[in-house]
Amino acid sequence: MTANGSRRSLPGGGMLKGLGVTLSTMFKTIFRPKKYLATVNYPKVKETPVPRARGVIALDQEACTVCMLCARSCPDWCIYIEGHKEEIPPAEPGGRIKVRSKLDRFDIDYALCMYCGICVEVCPFDALFWSPEYEYSESKMGNMLHDMDRLQDWLLTVPEPPALEK
Amino acid sequence: MPGWVTDLFSNFWVSLGGKLLLVALMIPLVGMIIGFAEMKLSAKMQSRVGPYFAGGRWGWAQLIADGVKFFQKEDLIPADADRPVFKTAPILVLVGTVALFVVIPFGPNLIFRDLDVGVFYALAISSLSTIGILMAGWSSANKYSLMGGLRAAGQLIAYELPLVLAVVGSVILAGTMSLQGIVEAQIEAGYPFVVIQFVGFGIFMIAALAELSRIPFDMPIAESELVMGYLTEYSGFRFLFFFLAEFANMFTLSAIAATLFLGGYWLPGVPEDVLEFAGPIILITKVFLLVFAMIWFRWTFPRFREDQLQRIAWVWLVPLALLNIVVTALLKVIL
Repeated sequence: MTANGSRRSLPGGGMLKGLGVTLSTMFKTIFRPKKYLATVNYPKVKETPVPRARGVIALDQEACTVCMLCARSCPDWCIYIEGHKEEIPPAEPGGRIKVRSKLDRFDIDYALCMYCGICVEVCPFDALFWSPEYEYSESKMGNMLHDMDRLQDWLLTVPEPPALEK
Repeated sequence: MPGWVTDLFSNFWVSLGGKLLLVALMIPLVGMIIGFAEMKLSAKMQSRVGPYFAGGRWGWAQLIADGVKFFQKEDLIPADADRPVFKTAPILVLVGTVALFVVIPFGPNLIFRDLDVGVFYALAISSLSTIGILMAGWSSANKYSLMGGLRAAGQLIAYELPLVLAVVGSVILAGTMSLQGIVEAQIEAGYPFVVIQFVGFGIFMIAALAELSRIPFDMPIAESELVMGYLTEYSGFRFLFFFLAEFANMFTLSAIAATLFLGGYWLPGVPEDVLEFAGPIILITKVFLLVFAMIWFRWTFPRFREDQLQRIAWVWLVPLALLNIVVTALLKVIL
């Protein structure tokens, strides 16, 4: 009997239906795995992640201005940034001396990172990108701290951004 | 067989040792086969691959790897635990399982000991594990364990009754309580007792599922409420004992169900002179079919609520089983 009492069905009919679903799924998965298998044999077969997958954060060192917005917006403080100011001599004699910030250290501790992506969102100079790469597990916790060279390498794996809407 | 071998095995102690060794080897083997089947079949029922890495093909060594892992783990005992009780509980649970192997007839002569009260013995000894579970829950000094142990006690006592009453029908039909005698009665009758005792068989299987505290009757170890129930504080090989006991118990209870209702080592149409060799194969095939049904139910149904669980036992199964006994007795007298 159904909850509203309007339609009566065979008692236990729902249970038989459930049993049918699991049994047919089992046979489908055993005999036609290519079509019905929802997962893959991971290290042997790999799924291609979607282009916007949050795998790892890549850094473009040239674009970074050491503004620290990412480090301050990070909810679990897993970004460590150090920098110093550099004076650039004037292009023509008598011109003004330019000052720009130079990045000394940019580390992301992926042992802490929760992949919220706020740093990528907040970066005003497009120095941070999401890359769909996900295979960077380590046997030691300390190795999860990626320094800026390693973060720069991840930049090569960042897919092309989608075309702008007209 | 050479003469000295038969002489050796006619010695009581040697044959006893041999039988003990056989059971001691059989329990981990059966546990591993069923455990692996559960892993693999549940994976297929959920469109997953399942274990495939250990041992090369199909991940056949997964359960061996798991066993080795359990032995490597630290044997933790909580500081407040009642140590002797905590330590004996898993052994008691496993003993209940081992002792069930004694009365299961695998063939016309392949039985460890054909007791006159075989059915009674099997049902009595299978409730020994209830005490082990209650001991585990009480001695762990953990509120989740205690709740799990209490739930287990309530559930196992509730389902012990329909389990026993469901068996009575077959006993009435066979006129004996010896499991060997029940199989012989089915051979004589020419049909497995499930033909008449289908209600008893259904009740027995439901109650057996509850006795094993498997889904949909897994309130005692409900992971989402009680962490792991009475198993919460166990680790290492003591946990392995519980784990093995669960899977080996699936085998023994299914074997008893197959013996009582499905004709045991006999299959209609199989000549009696080949039963000596074909018997164990037939019985084990039946057992694995029942075990498959248990696995199938587990991965299909959600967990019962505590009150629903008690209601099924007391309101449905016990009266149905009593009615079944009355009808069977009437049939026996009339026919």
